[in-house]
Amino acid sequence: MWLERASLSALTVAGLFAYALSGAALAQQPPAPAAGAAPAAPPAPGSALFGRPETEGAARLAPIAPPPIPTAADKLPVAKLKAPPGFKVEVFAAGVGNARSLRIGDKGTVFVGSRLLDKVYALTEKDGKREVKVIASGLHRPNGLAYHKGALYVAELSKVWRYDAIEDHLDSPPKPTLVNDNFPKDEPHGWKFIGIGPDEKLYVPVGANANINNPDPNVYAHIRRMNLDGSGLEVLVQGVRNTVGFDWHPTTKELYFTDNGRDWLSEDLPEDELNRISAAGKKHFGYPFCHQGNFGDPEHGWGRSCDEFEPPVALLGPHTAALGMRFYTGEMFPAEYKNAIFIARHGAWNRTKKTGGDVVVAKLNPDGSVKSVEPFLTGFLEDNKYVARPVDVQMMKDGSLLVSDDYNGAVYRVSHGG
Amino acid sequence: MAAEGSRAAGATRAGRKRSALPPLLLALALLSGAPGAARPEPLAERLAPCLACHGETGTSETPEVPSLGGQPASFLLIQLYVFREKQRIAEPMNELTKDFTDDDLRALSDELAKLPPPVPPTIGAEPARIEKGREVSARHRCGFCHNPDLSGHDQIPRIGAQRQDYLAKALREYKSGERRGYDPAMAEVVQEMADADLAAVAHYLAYWR
Repeated sequence: MWLERASLSALTVAGLFAYALSGAALAQQPPAPAAGAAPAAPPAPGSALFGRPETEGAARLAPIAPPPIPTAADKLPVAKLKAPPGFKVEVFAAGVGNARSLRIGDKGTVFVGSRLLDKVYALTEKDGKREVKVIASGLHRPNGLAYHKGALYVAELSKVWRYDAIEDHLDSPPKPTLVNDNFPKDEPHGWKFIGIGPDEKLYVPVGANANINNPDPNVYAHIRRMNLDGSGLEVLVQGVRNTVGFDWHPTTKELYFTDNGRDWLSEDLPEDELNRISAAGKKHFGYPFCHQGNFGDPEHGWGRSCDEFEPPVALLGPHTAALGMRFYTGEMFPAEYKNAIFIARHGAWNRTKKTGGDVVVAKLNPDGSVKSVEPFLTGFLEDNKYVARPVDVQMMKDGSLLVSDDYNGAVYRVSHGG
Repeated sequence: MAAEGSRAAGATRAGRKRSALPPLLLALALLSGAPGAARPEPLAERLAPCLACHGETGTSETPEVPSLGGQPASFLLIQLYVFREKQRIAEPMNELTKDFTDDDLRALSDELAKLPPPVPPTIGAEPARIEKGREVSARHRCGFCHNPDLSGHDQIPRIGAQRQDYLAKALREYKSGERRGYDPAMAEVVQEMADADLAAVAHYLAYWR
């Protein structure tokens, strides 16, 4: 470190002088009177800011952005993370800046996307030591990853790419092939989670391009799918505000997905959702007309009924930011977790008392409905502040569960027994 | 897009050695006009190229170059990082930061954050535009994230008394998508703002006291 405090003195003196000047100027020129000024017109419906109330409590809430540089391995809050008895939590990898979506290759490589940085990482093991390799950079919010038959699919904000035979070329990845770039370029809810279904199609959601609006349903707020070569792009279901996690039931093959509810309506409403796409179910999940299956939007809900839309199979708490989810199909965890869904709840920002900031487990009934939602991995939230924020979960071949943390740029591993 | 070769164990450059310094030295010498800048150790010298453009007292006198005074260290760190990684493009900044280690970025951010807040210009204020800008700022809730006194906090910058030309440029670039931002928050705010509103709010913020 080349910092030397002594050399700062001149700078500090100059600074104090300028500060004193600014204070003097302030004293001489009182600010223009705010009283008597006409109150500001609220943002128009449809605006990204619509619904944001002008109260003191609301004014204290703002989205929380993590630092860009990952937390050093020995400073990670892994000791604070608590799983049920019999489970062990450890650091799997540090130095994975803004770690988001997780995928595993056939040879055991762990792929990690990012949202605020421009990188995709590969975590590998060499001589018993874990390595973090940057396999792509210069990408625009490369949050979404999928792995299928040797190829890594990467979703930027508006483009999906494919890196063939990726695990054979981690040190010099091939030039990617463009799969499809026919997606909106909007920043709000533009980052993507992607996955490849049992139907061998690539599923790509497009979020609502605002907190709350009523956009063209053929362009926004839905889940699309396409063939792996990018052809046949179609809208599968509508009324989805922003899903950042989904997976297919191991036996029924139905798609379950998380969806984030709108902000600024209230501290406690609406809740985030766990949804299921079933053959018999409706193909519209409510946004922007109906939230959480039973609550009409105060603006867009008039003249509509929640009965028109497919209700969620579980509610996941207000503003909790339920993101990545996977069915557990491994052998390592006790039988009660078989075919249950692990869901990473990133944690609320749009709420005074923070909620989420954990991994919960949703256990299902034989008919695919949800029996219970229980805490699984907790401790990310301490004194109403996040010490870590879980984004995605991914089962490893041995049945252990990886959890990404975009706040510290780390991946944790939860194992049982052994 | 550009695929890049792997950097083994090196998502961060915390482990980089000081051997990466010569290009920086060159840049320093060129920018500060100090032919004898042989040893970079003293902080004042390290800061010199920053302050030459951004202003020694926290207030920038350089067109379209922002004042750094009173900026939160977390915000400064993010900007230095995205300059180094070329996630944000501004050639002099990309060049200056390209060989900095993570520790360099942290130290510079912490030090720059100690500069006193910028002082607004004493001439040029247009009361009608300030009033319009105040209305736009209230409607778009600038003070919600940037603090009611526009001083910023954590990763959110101070915007009160920032240079007008810089604010106008930044807002325009957020709207056009030229500047992506670290978090997409600003893109969301400006996407439906009229150009005249952007200009008015820049004027209002620049004369903020």
